[in-house]
Amino acid sequence: MKGLRFSRSQLCIPYAVFLILFVIAPLVVIVYYAFTNGEGQFTFDNFINFFASTNTLGTLLYSFSLAIVTTLVCLVIAYPTAYILARSNIRKKYVLLLLFILPMWINFTLRITALKEILSLFEGNISSYPFLNSVIGMTYDFLPFMILPLYTSLQKLDNSLLEAASDLGANKLTVFLRVTLPLSVPGIISGVTMVLLPSMTNYVVLDMLYNSTYIMGSLIGSYFSSYDWNNGSMISLILLIIIFIVTLVTNRFSDKDANNRGAIL
Amino acid sequence: MSKSENIIELIDVRKEFDDETIAVDSFNLQVKKGEFVTFLGPSGCGKTTTLRMIAGFDLPTSGKILLNGEDISSLPPNKRPVNTVFQKYALFPHLNVYENIAFGLRLKKKENTYKNADGQSYSKVQKLTKAEIDKKVKTALEIVDLEGFEKRSVSTLSGGQQQRIAIARAIVNEPEILLLDEPLGALDLKMRKEMQIELKKMHQRLGITFIYVTHDQEEALTMSDKVVVINDGEIQQIGTPTEIYNEPINTFVADFIGESNIFNGAVVGKLKVKFCGATFDCLDDYEINQLVDVVVRPEDIKICQPGEGQLKGKVISSVFKGVHYEITVAIGKFEIVIQSTYTADVGSVIGLRIEPDGIHLMEKVYTVNKYDGVITKTNTVEFGDGEFECDVTQLYKGSTLDEEGYLITAQGEKLDLTGIEVNVEVDTHDILMTDDTQSGGARGNIISMIYKGDHYRYIVRTEENEEDYVLSCPDMWNTGDLVGIIISKDKIKLTLKPTGEEK
Repeated sequence: MKGLRFSRSQLCIPYAVFLILFVIAPLVVIVYYAFTNGEGQFTFDNFINFFASTNTLGTLLYSFSLAIVTTLVCLVIAYPTAYILARSNIRKKYVLLLLFILPMWINFTLRITALKEILSLFEGNISSYPFLNSVIGMTYDFLPFMILPLYTSLQKLDNSLLEAASDLGANKLTVFLRVTLPLSVPGIISGVTMVLLPSMTNYVVLDMLYNSTYIMGSLIGSYFSSYDWNNGSMISLILLIIIFIVTLVTNRFSDKDANNRGAIL
Repeated sequence: MSKSENIIELIDVRKEFDDETIAVDSFNLQVKKGEFVTFLGPSGCGKTTTLRMIAGFDLPTSGKILLNGEDISSLPPNKRPVNTVFQKYALFPHLNVYENIAFGLRLKKKENTYKNADGQSYSKVQKLTKAEIDKKVKTALEIVDLEGFEKRSVSTLSGGQQQRIAIARAIVNEPEILLLDEPLGALDLKMRKEMQIELKKMHQRLGITFIYVTHDQEEALTMSDKVVVINDGEIQQIGTPTEIYNEPINTFVADFIGESNIFNGAVVGKLKVKFCGATFDCLDDYEINQLVDVVVRPEDIKICQPGEGQLKGKVISSVFKGVHYEITVAIGKFEIVIQSTYTADVGSVIGLRIEPDGIHLMEKVYTVNKYDGVITKTNTVEFGDGEFECDVTQLYKGSTLDEEGYLITAQGEKLDLTGIEVNVEVDTHDILMTDDTQSGGARGNIISMIYKGDHYRYIVRTEENEEDYVLSCPDMWNTGDLVGIIISKDKIKLTLKPTGEEK
């Protein structure tokens, strides 16, 4: 049965094949298209196009503002919710938690369709409030992604730290600001990462709520559907770099905290 | 009324948790300023809960906590001039050593007096300045011997160092009372011994009142001015370490503090007690024929030639323990443990002598189990979370049972006993334990066992209503074992409750 033994590097082969086929190769293709024109010649035109066009820059700005507002709204709703779920002694809190997570189990286009009906009930013609509706739609869609990491980090919080703070003279507000909040930063960061990035590109929500303004996702989509692969690839690449930078910055935060967390264990 | 010298006083404090378990009951304690008081007891005895009530993390269900004569029972922790050193340190992981220690100082306000232009003085309540905080943090770090650690992250410190930072963080606030919740529990033995000495020194130097919680009796005896022995939420004994060790008030204290030989004895004359088949002179005065628990410390038993001394026995084992030998001697069916600097050959016969001051007598606490019971339809009796067969005819003299289960009294009256409340008494010798938890009238866990020379005394507690069965048994079981309780029908003594039911 000697033939059945695999070395470690041999065991990596399936993963490496997958990685090459579905991650590296597409990336290479994107990079190739991003820096070539329709004739296949090397060029920076696509890059310049993006930053020269007020249209695309406007889209970037709009996506950013939409994403940031959505993230903030999610955070404002999710933090108290997660705090209550994690820290209070209310009974059946797992049922409550489940109620917040449950929508994730339903197809999101179906959820947005339902939301559309509710919104039109209040607003009449829902196309009059495109930004507001998009924020509501995305918040509805992404809220669980904010609640879960916050809940986890708040639940892990050692009660004796809070007691120590109040023992040292801190009132409830000070305990929250100086202990609870700083120690839940890793949860906030992973929640923000999980909401901010998808809400820059998820244009399906906008489409379904009759918001005709482009965001990054719809922009890329429109280029590709008109067979302009070069400009589409460049925008994807730029978005990729933006995401990479955001992740890099947040990881530095959470890394620092991960070290500290290890200490109390 | 003059201000009392007690810095803290607990009056009839009781703590009941939401699930109705009683953690602490009728707790009365006075602590003088500057004392080192230790709460000592097995885990789950309520010592930490008491400490948490003093700190303000838990509020007492009833009773009062007075600090310098003022009731602080319902104040939140941040309003109390006490600071706590937590069991697992509870250092803030997101702050460095300096910020951890300065945490309390930054929240503190103090009154500063100034003079204005006219020379009049006025005072302002201000936060501490940076220089003041710096100085205090530095002093605190010096006290715990960790100068220069200000900028270190707490995660880079060893357990012992974290412990010191936790102490520094508490004492930097100059509390009136320092509460320490098993602070050395997580350290290794050597480190623990060092910290014990340092804590004791710190206590002498700072002059702060220390209240210390531990389950380690040696730690309690080494460090304290006053030891409070707690079991099952109640104070067993309060005294100096010497008092607690030399004059334990009951078998629990005797067994918990140090090693003890505990026997059943009886007082047979003025200052004379009989146990292990021999009569001894003693110093405790009890009435004749009083049944007592006799406690003899292993080091109070002296080896002598067979024939001398009051006892004679055969050596079963002799184990070298460093400073002394631990020798087990069999005297008839009894076993005695002795600590001696001399060894004795296994199998040899030796004499044992116990001086009167080595014999401690305590009134027997448990001789009979008493319960409230109810007679059921089938003429069994329910008590102590169980149902037992019993002889109901003993309730009425000369009565008999008819075929249908009704009781016929001596006068020929027919009675239905269902639901009648009775007093139940069972002797400790008449309760048996069994592995088979399904048989037997009740079942529970062994919560305590104390060796009494020739038998063990067990307390079995049921889960449902926490009813206790106290029983004697020669076999060894383990604490925590789930056992069935068997009581034979004729050993259950029933008497009617003196209610107005019969008219």
